Amino acid sequence: MTFFSRLLHLDRLESEAIYILREAAAQSRNPALLFSGGKDSAVLLHLALKAFRPERLPFPLLHVDTGHNFEGVTQFRDETAARLGERLVVAHVEESIQRGSVRLASPTASRNAAQAVTLLEAIETHGFDLLLGGARRDEDKARAKERVFSHRDAFGAWNPKSQRPELWDLYNGRLQTGENFRVFPLSNWTELDIWTYIEREKIALPSLYFAHVRPVVRDGDYWRPVTPVTPAAEGQLVENRLVRFRTVGDMTCTCPIESNAADVSAIIAETRLSTLSERGATRMDDKVNEAAMERRKREGYF
Amino acid sequence: MTQAQTKLVRIVTAGSVDDGKSTLIGRILHDSQALMSDQVDALSNARFSRAEEGDLDLSFVTDGLESEREQGITIDVAYRYFATPQTSFIVIDAPGHEQYTRNMVTGASNADVAIVLVDASRLHQGALKVQTRRHATIAHLLGLKVVFAVNKMDLVNWSQKVFLEVEESLRRLSRSLGITNPAIVPINARSGDNVVSKSHAASWYEGASLLDILQSQGEGTDLSELPFRFSIQRVVRVDGHTRDAQRGYAGRIASGQVAVGEEVFVGPNRRPTKISRIETYDQSLERAEAGQSVTLYTEDEVDAARGDLLTRGEATYAKRVTADLCWLDDQVWDPRRRYLLQQGTANITAKIESVLHIRDMRDLSEVRGDQALKLNDIALVQLQTQTPILADLFQDNPKTGAFILIDPDTNQTAAAGMIRGAT
Ligand SMILES: Nc1nc2c(ncn2[C@@H]2O[C@H](COP(=O)(O)OP(=O)(O)O)[C@@H](O)[C@H]2O)c(=O)[nH]1
Ligand SMILES: [Mg+2]
Repeated sequence: MTFFSRLLHLDRLESEAIYILREAAAQSRNPALLFSGGKDSAVLLHLALKAFRPERLPFPLLHVDTGHNFEGVTQFRDETAARLGERLVVAHVEESIQRGSVRLASPTASRNAAQAVTLLEAIETHGFDLLLGGARRDEDKARAKERVFSHRDAFGAWNPKSQRPELWDLYNGRLQTGENFRVFPLSNWTELDIWTYIEREKIALPSLYFAHVRPVVRDGDYWRPVTPVTPAAEGQLVENRLVRFRTVGDMTCTCPIESNAADVSAIIAETRLSTLSERGATRMDDKVNEAAMERRKREGYF
Repeated sequence: MTQAQTKLVRIVTAGSVDDGKSTLIGRILHDSQALMSDQVDALSNARFSRAEEGDLDLSFVTDGLESEREQGITIDVAYRYFATPQTSFIVIDAPGHEQYTRNMVTGASNADVAIVLVDASRLHQGALKVQTRRHATIAHLLGLKVVFAVNKMDLVNWSQKVFLEVEESLRRLSRSLGITNPAIVPINARSGDNVVSKSHAASWYEGASLLDILQSQGEGTDLSELPFRFSIQRVVRVDGHTRDAQRGYAGRIASGQVAVGEEVFVGPNRRPTKISRIETYDQSLERAEAGQSVTLYTEDEVDAARGDLLTRGEATYAKRVTADLCWLDDQVWDPRRRYLLQQGTANITAKIESVLHIRDMRDLSEVRGDQALKLNDIALVQLQTQTPILADLFQDNPKTGAFILIDPDTNQTAAAGMIRGAT
C-alpha cells in the first residue's frame, strides 16, 4: 500500500524545505545559513523566513567571500541582510591568504577551491555545528549522492563511502564534538523548480541573472566574462554580447550564457528548452576534472 | 513542469550486484530525454567506461563517484529527477552489494515503488540470488509497491522459456512475501527494449513497457484521509503584540486534516484543546492537511514541547510495541544497551526486550530465538520505551508508524523500524 499527499508540486517542495530548516535549527546548537546572494541561496533564505517568521531567524547568514565577485552581488547580499534585520557573517578568502592557510599559484588564480579552507576556518572561529546550504542534487553527480543531513567529520570532510543511513524524513542530527552537518533543504529541487518558485514568490535577485550586455571573450564552448581578474589575453577578441548568468560564483570560473531573457518568465521558458545542464553551461571549475565536485566536497566544500 | 496536479512517483532500484540497476536508471533517463547534452558528452568521454567504442556506459549516469566508476559498482544511492507530462519522477539508484544494504534501505525509505531486477542469464534452475530476496523483502516491509524486471534478456536470446522460469521463481517469492499480482517485465536495460517503449524483440510478451507500468501505478491512499497527526517541531513565541503572548506549534502535518475550532489531543495523556488559529508565513488558514508546514495555535495553554504529538481520531499510545527492524549498524545489537527511538520529532529512550524472529534470507524462513542482531539483519522485535509512544501501525500510517533507533554513544543510526503491533 502506498500513500500520497495532495499538495501541488511546488507546495510539496516548499513544505519539505521548511520542515528540513526547522529540523536543522532544532537539532543543532549553533547553526548558520550560507547566503551568497545567488539564486539558490535567495530561495533558501526566503524559505527560512517562511519557516521562522514572525521570530528572528535562529541563525546568522554566512558568506564565504572569494573577493572575486561580480558587480552588484555583494551589494545585494548586504542589502538583503540589512532589510531583513538579520546578522551577516562574512568570511574572506583574502584573510586566509593573509594568514597563509591559502596559497594561490598566482594572484589571479581561481579562489573557488580555497573557499573550503576559509569555510572550515569560519566554522572553527564561530563554533558552527551545522550549515544550511542551497545545493541541489540535480546540479552534479556527486551532489546527487548526498544526504539531506550530510555528516562531516572533524576535518569537515565528506566521506561518500560511509554516509549515515537516512530513513524517511527522520533526520538524525546528532554529532560528536568537532564534527558538523551540512544540511540541504533544496536537495529535491531542480533548476526549473527554483525559477518557477522565484516567479511565484516574487523573490528578488541580483540583476546579472537577467539578460544584459557584457564584454566577453570566446573560450571553447564558453563566453568568458572580461573582468579585472580575468582580463582578455593579448589579441583576444572582446565582444559585447547579450548574456545572463545561470549560476553566480567566483569570477574566475563562472561564465554567462547568451540569452535575451530579461525577466523570470522568459528564463523559465528558456530553462524548459535548455539542452545543457546548469553547471555544464557555466562552470569551468567542473571541467578541469570529472570528479571536481566530489574532490572539493571531500575537502570540506559545501 | 507546471504547478498543475502532477502525480509524484518515487522509484528505487533493487536487486543483486551487476543485474543492471544503474544501467536501467541511465536508460530510463536517456530515453525520456532527461539527460542534458553535456551530460551525455561527459558519459562518452568518461574514464573507466565499460561501453564499447561509440557507446555509452549508462550506469555512469548515477554511478557518479570516482570509486564507483573505478570499481564498476554502486556504493551509495543517487537521486535523479525527471518529468513526463503526467508524472514527476524521482528515481533513486540503490547499490546491490550486501555490504551496502543500509544505503539501499535509505533509498527505499524515500520511494513508493521498487523495481527489483533479476539477471535472466544467471539463474540456475530458477534459483534467485540471496540479495534479490533480501531487497524484495525490504521493499515489501517498507510498504513499497514491487515491480520485477527480468533483465539481460538479450543474453538468453529473448527465450520465453527462460522468462517463464524466472517468472515462476518471482511469483513464488512474491507469494511467500505476500506481494499480490506483481508486474514482471522482460527487458534489456542496455539497449532499452521494453524500458520506455515496447520492443519487438519479444512478441510473446503482452504487457506494457516498464515506464508505462510505473506511470500507471494507482496513487494509493490519500494521507489527508487518515486520522490527524502532527509532531511539534518548534514552539513559536509571539510576544509583545496586542494579542496576549501566545505559543504556537510549528510542524508539518503528517496525516489527516485540521480546522480552526476543532478539538485536538496533546500527547499520551490526551489532554484536549481546540485549535484557535492555523498560520503560515503569509496566511491565516481555516483548514490545513497532510504535507503542509504550518503553525497551530491552541485555545488553552497546553504546555506542549518539541516532540509532542497533536492527534485527532483514534490514537493508541503504548510502552511496548512489536516492530520490524532493519539493523543498519556495524555494531551488533547489545541487549544491555539503551537506544534512542526517534519517531516524528520525538526522541525516547528504548530497549529491545526480545528478538521474536530473524528472517533467513536463503529461504525467507523465520528463525526463532534470542540472538544477536547484526548488520543487515531483518527481525521482528519487542521494544519497550521509557514513555508511551504513538502506536500507529506502519501499514496504516507510514508517517507515524516509522521510527529509527540511534545509538546514543556513537550517534549512528542503528536501525530502521516499522511498528507492527502494540501490547
Ligand atoms: N547484455 C546486457 N548487459 C547488461 C544489461 N543491463 C546491464 N548490463 C551490463 O551489466 C553490467 C552491470 O550493470 P550495472 O548497471 O552496473 O549493474 P548494477 O550493479 O545492478 O547497478 C554492466 O556491464 C552493464 O552494461 C542488459 O540488459 N544486457
Ligand atoms: Mg549499480
